[in-house]
Amino acid sequence: MAKTYFTTDHEWLSVEGGVATVGITDYAQEQLGDLVFVELPEVGKTLSKGDTAVVVESVKAASDVYAPVDGEITAANEALSADPALVNSAPTGDGWLWKMKLADESQLAGLLDEAGYKAHIG
Amino acid sequence: MAGDENLKTLPLEDLHKAAGAKFGGFAGWSMPLTYPLGVMKEHQHCREHVGLFDISHMKLFLVTGPGAAALINRACPIDAGALEQSQSKLTFFLNDHAGIRDDLIVTRLGDERFMVVANAGNAVADEAHLKDIAKDFDATVEPLDRVFLAVQGPQAAEVLRAASLDVDALTFMHGVEPRENWFMSRSGYTGEDGFEIGLPEKDARDLLAKMSGDERVQWIGLAARDSLRLEAGLCLHGQDLSPETDPASAALMWAIPKELRAAGTFIGADALRAILEKGPATKRVGLKPEGRQPVRAGTKLTDADGNPAGEVTSGGFGPSVGHPVAMGYVSAPLAKPGTKLFADVRGTKVPVDVAALPFSPHRYHKG
Repeated sequence: MAKTYFTTDHEWLSVEGGVATVGITDYAQEQLGDLVFVELPEVGKTLSKGDTAVVVESVKAASDVYAPVDGEITAANEALSADPALVNSAPTGDGWLWKMKLADESQLAGLLDEAGYKAHIG
Repeated sequence: MAGDENLKTLPLEDLHKAAGAKFGGFAGWSMPLTYPLGVMKEHQHCREHVGLFDISHMKLFLVTGPGAAALINRACPIDAGALEQSQSKLTFFLNDHAGIRDDLIVTRLGDERFMVVANAGNAVADEAHLKDIAKDFDATVEPLDRVFLAVQGPQAAEVLRAASLDVDALTFMHGVEPRENWFMSRSGYTGEDGFEIGLPEKDARDLLAKMSGDERVQWIGLAARDSLRLEAGLCLHGQDLSPETDPASAALMWAIPKELRAAGTFIGADALRAILEKGPATKRVGLKPEGRQPVRAGTKLTDADGNPAGEVTSGGFGPSVGHPVAMGYVSAPLAKPGTKLFADVRGTKVPVDVAALPFSPHRYHKG
């Protein structure tokens, strides 16, 4: 069973078998507005927590999406190259951003659960 | 940010809140950035139907008196006395180096009566500047407290006609005072046919009530205002124009009559003549990035050999043209449409073509 975590930077992680699928929350896509481009990460790249993993671009501005934990990129959502608006229409589904193999699962303990995230956005 | 106590609020803020606007700070004002429709659909709605913009952050100055035309001729590189009744012109306040302090629309309303429309971010400085110059002329500068609405798009004229306004006497870049304390011009910042109407708050509420329920009309926020003007190749002061850029490098010399370039006595005239004699070192151009990745303001440009070529001053995505759009300043020899440049976007070289402006054709009502 996948377990879902959240960050205060409005990302979600769905973790199963040591691999996290990462995206932004519905709240985040709503704040960003219509996305027109997603700069995807290279598969195989190793990121530390806090590194910029993806850049999402709205009509107006570019915003960084950070790696919520350490790990290696194992997949990027190529569907977003043709249809970046998937992040707006299905942020927690088809609009996922990347998958990463976790370097240290103990980092998950520092993240929020759904109730904690809901409290965070008020 | 929204809720910042230092920001001024629009007189019609309650209507924007009721319409579901998201607010953000711009030029000292809390402004609607987007409405529930979202920036893409707002933009497209304005190109297809009618966009309604609250631009009350912008400032109207009424300049009157026997010396009104002479005052404007001193402040701006324009021949105010040669304007026909109701004619509007784009012009500037220049500094002594011919740098652009602000860009403005001046409209002749009478023999001794002119309206000056200025940008929000420069309104305080513009007022001080105009009043300072006015000391030497028999003229009065009066800042007006008005709600200012822009009604833009191919159906703008029909919508205003339905609201009982007489729009048919006006053609593009003309303005009149149709009612007491009203100023209405056929102009705008979208590239579409449209109107800008300055009027007292109560009259504004009455006019908006007449338009409410008309599905052709949608509120449009600042985000789409920016993408609309960028597709139309129109400049934003503070980004594409600044006290460090002059009308020649900004490719806006069409706004300055030929006789004035030679013999004008406006502020900045000598400096502008010197720039024209040498030719400007840089030129404002349109920029079309290859692919879908937007190239933003502040991005550095290089030529094919990696030499510095210029900088992007505005950049985003054009919802109507369906690709990223930008403008910026490049070395004069590289300003020809079709020139291949590269934008450094976070370490990636994005190919960018110098492109003719506008990206989206103007559809003004020239009569």
